[in-house]
Amino acid sequence: MRDFILKRVAALLLPFIQMYGLYVILHGHVSPGGSFAGGIVVGLAFIAFTTIYGLERGRAKVPEKVTTLVESYGTLWYGIMGMVGIFKGAPFLANKIAGIDLGELGALSSGGLIGLIGLGVGIRVASTMITLFSTMMEEES
Amino acid sequence: MKLGTLAMLLIFLLAAYVVLVAVAELPPYGMVGNPSHNQVSQRYIENAWEETGVLNMITAIVLDYRAYDTMFETIVLFTAVLAVIITLKTTEREGGGK
Amino acid sequence: MGFTAVDYGTMVMLLILIAASLAMYFIKDLLHAVIVYGAYSLIMALVWLQMNTPDIAITEAAAGIAMTVLMMVVISRTSRKED
Repeated sequence: MRDFILKRVAALLLPFIQMYGLYVILHGHVSPGGSFAGGIVVGLAFIAFTTIYGLERGRAKVPEKVTTLVESYGTLWYGIMGMVGIFKGAPFLANKIAGIDLGELGALSSGGLIGLIGLGVGIRVASTMITLFSTMMEEES
Repeated sequence: MKLGTLAMLLIFLLAAYVVLVAVAELPPYGMVGNPSHNQVSQRYIENAWEETGVLNMITAIVLDYRAYDTMFETIVLFTAVLAVIITLKTTEREGGGK
Repeated sequence: MGFTAVDYGTMVMLLILIAASLAMYFIKDLLHAVIVYGAYSLIMALVWLQMNTPDIAITEAAAGIAMTVLMMVVISRTSRKED
């Protein structure tokens, strides 16, 4: 897969695909979409890059160390966001009961902790897709 | 080969009959008397905007009302990735921590 | 019969879904089965969109593409023929 046209078209298209994935993650609480779908789109952009440019350059873009860290701490991030409620004297994963300012309805910064939790979940779903794909590609047939 | 084709056609007709009958019995979308329009969904529709401050009601339910569900869902994904890495990763690491 | 929840286009899409899922079982070539699975997930996303759930439609489209790619990687690393 060392085609010239394929490489140029991918170089033109992949930034916009990643932008769309980040848009779906960040706007998960004001428009249809959500963290799972957006994370999969971001991961698929990296998968397309790896498929077209080869495994070595894909691994140089997203090293194994980065995916390991994101994978572990992305899962922990959800728990950290839940502990905010406990530190404020409310139940685990509390949002409004913990006294967090919810902001204006429909704005990007609305929803208190929901946007932060969605960002964490989206990034770690993207890292999950990259990890699965790279682990299967490195296996020699 | 002939028997397989016949069996496939039979299964297709049976499944198509069941699905079409079940779909024709579905209640109309958005009517007041539907079984899905009970007090649970009514409470969420009335209070979700004030209680979560989120415009998309599905995100409000998934990440706020049912936050424990989503948390363990991410843990399930983490476990799946862990199983794939343990099963398929055969190369040694550079640090030599074998 | 009157006004029901789904129209005739959705019923045709449901029939295509049944045919595709049966074909995935009966096709012996695994690469062809994966291609049929891609068509299945596309039609499934359209059905979700017809039933007024755009969230699940986006998730189904993205997850269907991801699963197709992962299964193709698995086929390229193992055997293509089912035995």
